[in-house]
Amino acid sequence: MRIQCTVNGKSVERDISPDLRLLDFIRETLQLTGTKEGCGEGECGACTVLLDGKAVNSCLVLAMQADGSVIITVEGLADGQALHPIQEAYVEVGAVQCGFCTPGFIMATYALLQDTPDPSEEEILAGLEGNLCRCTGYSKILDAVKLAARRMRESR
Amino acid sequence: MSDRAKNFATVGKSLRKVDGVALVTGKPEFVADLQLPDTLIVKVLGSPFAHARIVSIDVSAAEAMPGVACVLTHKNTPTTRHTTAGQGFPEPSPYDTRMFENKVRFVGDRVAAVAADSEEIAEAALKAIRVEYEELPAVLSIDEARRDGAPVIHDEPDSTGIYDVVRNIVADVDIDVGDVVQGFDESDEIVEVTCETQYAQHTPIETHVVLSYLDSANRLVLRTSTQVPFHVRRIVAQTLGIPMQQIRVIKPRIGGGFGTKQEILLEDVAGLISMRTGRPALLSLTRKEEFASSRTRHPMRVRVKLGAMKDGRLHAIEMEATSNTGAYGSHGLTVLANTGSKTLPLYNKAPNAHFYGQAVYTNLPVGGAYRGYGATQGYFPLETAMDEMADRLGMDPIELRRINHIQLGETSPIFEKLGEGREGVSQTVKSCELPRCIEIGSERIGWSKKRGKRLTIGPWVHGIGMSIMMQGSGIPEIDMAAATIKMNEDGSFNLLIGATDLGTGSDTILAQIAAEVLGVPLDKMLVVSSDTDLTPFDVGAYASSTTYVSGMAVQRAAEKVRDQIVRVAAPLLDASADELTLRDNAVFAPAGTSVSLARVCQRAMYETDQFQIGATASCVPHESPAPFLANFAEVAVNRETGKVKVVHYVAAVDCGVAINPQLAEGQMEGAIVNGIGYALTEEMILSSKGRVRNPSLFDYKIPGMLDVPPMDIILVESYEPTGPMGAKSVGEIGINGPIPTIANAIYDAVGIRLTETPFTPERVLQAMKEASS
Repeated sequence: MRIQCTVNGKSVERDISPDLRLLDFIRETLQLTGTKEGCGEGECGACTVLLDGKAVNSCLVLAMQADGSVIITVEGLADGQALHPIQEAYVEVGAVQCGFCTPGFIMATYALLQDTPDPSEEEILAGLEGNLCRCTGYSKILDAVKLAARRMRESR
Repeated sequence: MSDRAKNFATVGKSLRKVDGVALVTGKPEFVADLQLPDTLIVKVLGSPFAHARIVSIDVSAAEAMPGVACVLTHKNTPTTRHTTAGQGFPEPSPYDTRMFENKVRFVGDRVAAVAADSEEIAEAALKAIRVEYEELPAVLSIDEARRDGAPVIHDEPDSTGIYDVVRNIVADVDIDVGDVVQGFDESDEIVEVTCETQYAQHTPIETHVVLSYLDSANRLVLRTSTQVPFHVRRIVAQTLGIPMQQIRVIKPRIGGGFGTKQEILLEDVAGLISMRTGRPALLSLTRKEEFASSRTRHPMRVRVKLGAMKDGRLHAIEMEATSNTGAYGSHGLTVLANTGSKTLPLYNKAPNAHFYGQAVYTNLPVGGAYRGYGATQGYFPLETAMDEMADRLGMDPIELRRINHIQLGETSPIFEKLGEGREGVSQTVKSCELPRCIEIGSERIGWSKKRGKRLTIGPWVHGIGMSIMMQGSGIPEIDMAAATIKMNEDGSFNLLIGATDLGTGSDTILAQIAAEVLGVPLDKMLVVSSDTDLTPFDVGAYASSTTYVSGMAVQRAAEKVRDQIVRVAAPLLDASADELTLRDNAVFAPAGTSVSLARVCQRAMYETDQFQIGATASCVPHESPAPFLANFAEVAVNRETGKVKVVHYVAAVDCGVAINPQLAEGQMEGAIVNGIGYALTEEMILSSKGRVRNPSLFDYKIPGMLDVPPMDIILVESYEPTGPMGAKSVGEIGINGPIPTIANAIYDAVGIRLTETPFTPERVLQAMKEASS
């Protein structure tokens, strides 16, 4: 079947198999490999992307469900060479170790701050609880989200 | 900060990771991000039985399926016995593994592999393979393994390096200091504790994955998620029986390791498929396969007996460990030996010590390297026993440790008696801020205010516990690392290192060390790492070695390059080379005149007596200086449900000079949270037939963001004179802390000693019930 969607601001149209996962559509069909697979079961959040403004585990969504929708992946955040404030904050505070979970965390953070620009600590924890990181112990991820939120509010 | 560390320009600064921007923008840096045309997808058939012989295997239907390129079984693959343990040569693990075999030894053991045009075809082909098994009696516990008449797991004649084949004993370690029997007789107080630890897994978010392909010269390239690229090259060459020069191993960014990727699990299979078909091959484990067939922390039963005098001085220590290596002996001997060698030197005052241990085969998932590497299993009973001894003697647990732990300038006979599976190396402690770690940590947790108070809020009772520990930094007289630095005529440098960055930040800290010596900012240091064709040898990332061993190689290479630079610069500055210094991208004479590094390199390349400014240097460490750690935890125990919550965790660590404090903190935070998971929730549950029953991140619970307590990580700096820029190591030590610290805090709260991990609500309730009856 044929689907059309907007990915990182560009319109794309592709023929796909009806059982293709959104994750595979993004990684293999579109070759946007920033989005990662860590479990294939919706437990780790490494495959988190924005689908019509909502953070989803792209391993649990079929590509055909994204027909007509707007998708943002980690490749869609930076403005040319300029990092998005969320990306900047993750690098700055040391919230990135191996970096495999990072795209998912960054997209979950993006969704959180879009809906809740000034989140409490509890809201951050709740917003990111679906993402697993084995390297950092989460402290610096929490710091990164707080820093990004502050900078994004200040630049408004 | 130590006086010597104060003058650093680049070292000791929390500079951004050199790979940070690539990682946050989603650049295709990982193994599977490289998508080559015509790539075969490889799937592996795992054994459904814990122990069986393959009577027959028929792959004809699978091979006949359109889109199937290659099927591998024991019938058409090399039969060389090897170890999957990615250790230095000769490996101290037994050669008990074949690529494929007509016998399977655990549920998930490799039976066949299929390479096909797509995953769907590969999976369909796996289902079309017909295998007839003869099920054999299985060994499903460490107690069964050594029983008379137990099934022999490695009855094949060609395996080597197994201590006692018939009794399923992989390794046996026995060392003595003084006479413990007499030591216990002379002691005023005796404490004995036996602890059991569970099957646990590393769960890096990226599972094991390899992409293999042939390059333009038909050499095999393995782009693989590994901690040990050079050992991969050697062991794959050995396994496949091909010249090592035919293989190039590239480690790109990898999604975490924690020890499980110090193992050659997939590279031989993908590589052979590329060699047979000429096509790229991608082999990536699903999470379920990762749980069933990759590696685990060795479950252990460890008994510790302490004898002390009335004043608290330890007089005798005995540790007896039984380790379950599962179906293959990977890291069996060395993890076992480290259970004693990384723990017993901590209490060096005891004149009598005995370590005895065996590692045994079972038909269960395979053990391997896991951050902490046996020390984690040893510190649980040791620090539990110390807590109990303090209680018996009526002493503060901190005081008992203060009078017994190793100090600056001291040694322990254990260092020499027990090493990495063989005799160790004698050493004295040249840096130790453990007393300050204890002091700072105890203040931060509120030890004197909270200990023994049993603050109660509803059903929750609070308690405070502590533990101390040491680890090592690399494997002395065995590890080896090299670094190459070459200079470019714009004043930048290429840093070529075999060292393996798993996400730890080693590319960054090694570049910081080189930049420090050469007087340039970090962005002048262009890092290429972990490519067996391009970078010099390094054993890889394990044993907390990278900062100390690879870091020293980098420092030496940089010093050689600095010497060349000043020789070229001397005539330009009309000064003698030995009075010149490097800083701010330039060479300075004492008079204050300077010449830029770019100018120096231009002269060397284009003008006079031209040569390439550059050098290679190596490091083999002669000792393994210990980082030290004091852990403190406040927990709350729910008396009704048995649930344990960590309320506050404090870790004060002496890792020498922290080359990059932010990254060092990150190592500690990650290790402690992993340790908290290991203490409270993580457990691979096995069926009565040896199958992993919870092979998913839903059922195997690693900590998420909501599970992390407030943590204080305090870097208590010392200066290690044998280390690069005063550094030791920080990668592993943190993971050893949570189990004993939480256990001791639970004791303070509710008076029960938990001796089996994880501390689930059921176990806590059960222990409370037993204590009250």
